Amino acid sequence: MQTARVRPAAYYRTLTRNLVLFVVVISLLPLFFTGAIILYQFKQAYQVKVEENLVVLLNKHRRTIDAFLIDRLADIRVLARSHTVPELSDPAFLKAKLTLLREEYNGVYVDLGLVDSQGSQVAYAGPFNLTGANYSTAQWFKQAAGSEHFISNVFAGLRGSPHFIVAVTKRYQGREWLLKATIDFESFNALVENIRMGETGFAFILNRQSEFQTKPRHEVILASGAWRELLQKPLDSGRVTIIEQPDSTGREMIYAAAPLKKGQWVICAQQEVSDAFVHLVRAQQVAIAIFVIGGLAIVVVSLLLARRLVRRIAEADEQKEAMNEKMIEAGRLASIGELAAGIAHEINNPVAIMVEEAGWIEDLMSDEGPLSEETLSEIQRAVQQIQEQGDRCKQITHKLLSFARKTDPTVKPVDLNGLVDEVLGLVSQKSRYAGVKLETSLDGQLPRVAASPSELQQVLLNLVNNAVDAINSEGGTVTVTTSHENDTAKLSVSDTGIGIADANLARIFDPFYTTKPVGQGTGLGLSICYGIINKLGGEIKVASAKGKGSTFTVILPTRQDSDPSPGGSGETGQN
Amino acid sequence: MNGEGAGRLRVLLVDDEHGYLEVLQKRMSKRNLEVTPVSSGTEAIQQARRQSFDVAVVDLKMEDMDGIEVLKVLKMMDPKLAVIILTGHGSEQAAREGMALGAFDYLTKPCELNDLLERIYASQEG
Repeated sequence: MQTARVRPAAYYRTLTRNLVLFVVVISLLPLFFTGAIILYQFKQAYQVKVEENLVVLLNKHRRTIDAFLIDRLADIRVLARSHTVPELSDPAFLKAKLTLLREEYNGVYVDLGLVDSQGSQVAYAGPFNLTGANYSTAQWFKQAAGSEHFISNVFAGLRGSPHFIVAVTKRYQGREWLLKATIDFESFNALVENIRMGETGFAFILNRQSEFQTKPRHEVILASGAWRELLQKPLDSGRVTIIEQPDSTGREMIYAAAPLKKGQWVICAQQEVSDAFVHLVRAQQVAIAIFVIGGLAIVVVSLLLARRLVRRIAEADEQKEAMNEKMIEAGRLASIGELAAGIAHEINNPVAIMVEEAGWIEDLMSDEGPLSEETLSEIQRAVQQIQEQGDRCKQITHKLLSFARKTDPTVKPVDLNGLVDEVLGLVSQKSRYAGVKLETSLDGQLPRVAASPSELQQVLLNLVNNAVDAINSEGGTVTVTTSHENDTAKLSVSDTGIGIADANLARIFDPFYTTKPVGQGTGLGLSICYGIINKLGGEIKVASAKGKGSTFTVILPTRQDSDPSPGGSGETGQN
Repeated sequence: MNGEGAGRLRVLLVDDEHGYLEVLQKRMSKRNLEVTPVSSGTEAIQQARRQSFDVAVVDLKMEDMDGIEVLKVLKMMDPKLAVIILTGHGSEQAAREGMALGAFDYLTKPCELNDLLERIYASQEG
């Protein structure tokens, strides 16, 4: 026997999935958005901070370098102004001054020289032998001639090693001289090389022709996108310009540039974004880790919870179904109880006849003398009567047993007309004594309906029982009608009884609602009917007029695949 | 106990089971009772109008008329008539109601003929 489960396993799987999805989405969405917003804000703030730091750093070094250059220029200017050309033309004098400067400035000065207006070095102090060297064609000389003072770009010059020149014009007796000093490249370079940012940040100086004035710590390709773009921009003298771009290998880089030496040079810095934003990246990683771990925890927990919840629901459903079956069973037994008195009486009559007939046979046999022909035939009649009454008892018990059997919810095609005959047979005794006439108007072409025969039998018994009960001692009629229309079969039970008050009509299908005296009705009958019909996809309706009677109508869907069968021959009819 | 008392006792037997009436009549007649069987309340009242009876044995549940109703009418017609009620199991309450209305006694169906006869004779003693 298959029991009709309320819900298929797929229902619970869908329920579990929906619950998990719901919980996960509801929990993760706020987490995700909060995280994303905080991270975004943090990134914005951090970016501003990093750029500000870069600006401060570059500005500081820019001032340091500018100050270094101005100081060197000032040294030479003091030297030029405080001494006459004859003094400065003396190599020994120059050498003494150079020694002084080198001692004072830690070897920043490489050499000193005095050059006349034709570019010829008239005096020289330093490690190279450059006395008499002619600079008339040198770039720096052309630029320096005529200006008060001058700081050259870095160049290799005659000596073949990178250096730059600080020169001051000295006028003496109507002629112009240049006092020049060579600045050690290494010590200047160290100024810039010491600028470091994080692991990958470094700085260098370019002139306006994009020639390196210091040696960059790492290889720099100036022709590449970012630097070219940055150096082509008109650099604002007071500000640091910053751009962010991926380099040729695809790494995100920060590039910064600021003018130096009155715009003649540019101090440049570059750093990998991942390095500059190392704390940000770490925060991002932590946030992502928290999100992933939290998300996993939420998924796992929601999965466990949903499973547990759905298991509970399934258990509750099963219990409910079991309770339903028990309730139907209880209702059934209550219906039988109501019929019991009538049926007991019905069975009493044949039993009483049998007892008396047996007694009669005894009476006849106790007569003295041989049994006459007449007596024998009387005994034969009595025995036959006993057999007939025995059969009557058998039929009554069978009828009762067919109903007292356990409820079987298995759905099969049911012939409603057969069911009506069967149930009316059960109720006939009760109705006879109540003075109620049972009438039927059955549709011979009624298609079968898909239902549990025993459940449907109970519905009909309840309705007919109630109908008989609704009729008072003056008597009346209960009419059971079947008919069909399109895809539905209709079964109605009408009585000419007391009717139902309007106030009670609304509650009539509520469980435990009864107007019968205590002990005579459970109040379950109609609610069970309602439950059974509802489960079968049908509907049950009531119409009633106070004092005129009530009609209960059950509408059930007919089986699509069924063939119309003549009334009274259904399988339930043979029960 | 057969033949006890002066003359034959006249018994009105009321039951809607023909088979029961028939066999009961045979057995009671054999025991020297004058039995008039009728199969409905209406018939019983008609018969009581025609002749008087010493005892009426009335089935409680009948189609046309309740046994209690029959009892009431019979008692009204002849207050001296002894009425014995026959009832099924579970209807004892109604039978006791009948006692209150003047029935002599009640018996539960199916019953021993001897028990019934005992009640019939007892009803004539007091």
